Amino acid sequence: MRLDMPASPAAAPALETRGLAKSLGGIPIARGIDFRLETGERRALIGPNGAGKTSFINLVTGHLAPSSGRIWVGGEDVTALPPEARVKRGIGRTFQINTLFAALSVLENVLLPLSERRGIAGRMFRAAAADAGLAEEGWALLERLGLAEDAARPVRELPYGRQRLVEIAIAIALRPKVLLLDEPAAGVPSAEAGIIIETIAGLPRDIAVLIVEHDMDLVFRVARRITVLVQGAVLVEGTPSEIAADPRVRAVYLGEAAAS
Amino acid sequence: MSAEAAPLTAAPSAAVAAILGRHRLRAVEALPWLCAGLGFFALPDYLALGSQILIMTLFAMSLDLVLGYAGIVTLGHAAFFGTGAYVAGILALHGWSEPISALAIAGAAAGLLGVATGLIVLRARGLALLMLTLVVAEMLQEAANKLGWLTGGTDGLQGITIAPLLGRFDFDLFGRTAYLYSLAVLLLAWWLVRRIVHSPFGHSLTGLRESAIRMRAIGAPVFRRRLRAYAVSAALAGIAGALLTQTTQFVGLQVLSFELSGTVLVMLVLGGIGRLYGAFIGAPLYMIAQDQLAKQDPVNWLFWIGLLLVLIVFFARGGILGLVDRILMAMGRRCA
Repeated sequence: MRLDMPASPAAAPALETRGLAKSLGGIPIARGIDFRLETGERRALIGPNGAGKTSFINLVTGHLAPSSGRIWVGGEDVTALPPEARVKRGIGRTFQINTLFAALSVLENVLLPLSERRGIAGRMFRAAAADAGLAEEGWALLERLGLAEDAARPVRELPYGRQRLVEIAIAIALRPKVLLLDEPAAGVPSAEAGIIIETIAGLPRDIAVLIVEHDMDLVFRVARRITVLVQGAVLVEGTPSEIAADPRVRAVYLGEAAAS
Repeated sequence: MSAEAAPLTAAPSAAVAAILGRHRLRAVEALPWLCAGLGFFALPDYLALGSQILIMTLFAMSLDLVLGYAGIVTLGHAAFFGTGAYVAGILALHGWSEPISALAIAGAAAGLLGVATGLIVLRARGLALLMLTLVVAEMLQEAANKLGWLTGGTDGLQGITIAPLLGRFDFDLFGRTAYLYSLAVLLLAWWLVRRIVHSPFGHSLTGLRESAIRMRAIGAPVFRRRLRAYAVSAALAGIAGALLTQTTQFVGLQVLSFELSGTVLVMLVLGGIGRLYGAFIGAPLYMIAQDQLAKQDPVNWLFWIGLLLVLIVFFARGGILGLVDRILMAMGRRCA
């Protein structure tokens, strides 16, 4: 029994990790990460390439198992839970590289997570369309994200920027408590990035959002606090202006710029 | 909520309504059954072939559920077909000659085998999965070959007698009872599979086919879903195999063969995978072509099937139904 465990679920942060460590092939990708994300917080996770940002997300979602350390979601220890069980506890994520149901329509792409969230996805003998409110909720979500006009189109026919929006729509459909966005605007032309930034900025206030991003415009626009990850460890955490002024952060980024 | 977002579509479009209404029966779906009914009256000399077509259609439809919907690529589906066939044969030779209950038992046995082997093979993906499904079927065939006291070995099971259907209809020499029995079973199985593919579970199978990683990330128990699809498919394949035993009164080792697994795959690809009706096009086409070509050109008939398959793969991805879809779409565009 650890004395420093979160006291009660009510006061517990949306997401917390302590001493999270992981090595892949002898190379440490997470070195004792202590991280805390409060309910409704907007946080950016930045760091040079290979800092372990995506690995950290994979550890939190359960796609990677940590060598040591623990993870809590809303005060509950989820370290031993498989990814699908963590989703039920409120973890939602998007992928850095589009991971969509490419041959299915945009509408079906959001109906799948909605069915999972409602717990009806295992039902075999009733038409999916018979579920009251399911299609309506999917439709409302697409309208909110400006995807309604493409609802019937297969996702693979959409332009890349619209596909990134579907990436987010699938995660939002789960109504997560903690939303992990892995470079949501990566590769999106700046003309199309606006709708993605607006969507993220307009997320309900009770969702805690962690956004991994290189685009500093987006980071400053969305995040109130920033965590800087370097070589699998937290270098510093602070407000955007603190981070922008921090000499260590500048050294890391300048060093990277000089190396490349 | 999004009142400020400029032009809003007020209501879901016709295309969206079409997606949501896909579970509703359309008139064109009566076509296979009309053809099957017509065949019964118009071609009384071909009812034996007709029964085999219906059985292979059922087998190919069972494969479509795992391959076309769940994206589980298997080259060993004959394992379940053959298990059903042998179970029905062994039951009949040991005095259990009532056909419908034997059919249910054979289906259950094949379904259980689907669970047992699925627990192992479904942990693999891609080529490894393909090899494992193949190995399971090969092992079963070898077992059936060795267990001569139970399976008749290379001689197969002969002298099978089946009691009259529902206690009234004898399995006659002309194959009338066999045909209508196979048709009724196919109709029931089609109804079941159709319900499944339009259910939330069926939709989640297409999700698994498209991206298992994403399905996991939205909270789906991926392995359990695949296993359930595999078991249902195996049970249906077993029922198809049992039907073959009951309607031909014979079981041979070929029901477990790699060749049969390949043939049913070819049938499905010809018709179009992941469309429910691919089996209803591919199986009859293959069987009729085989019947006719084997008469015309008994040495090379397989070559013509192969040529047809090559043409389909090159020019009509999505099989014949995919081709029909594209022609209809092109015509619709011209009319609009």
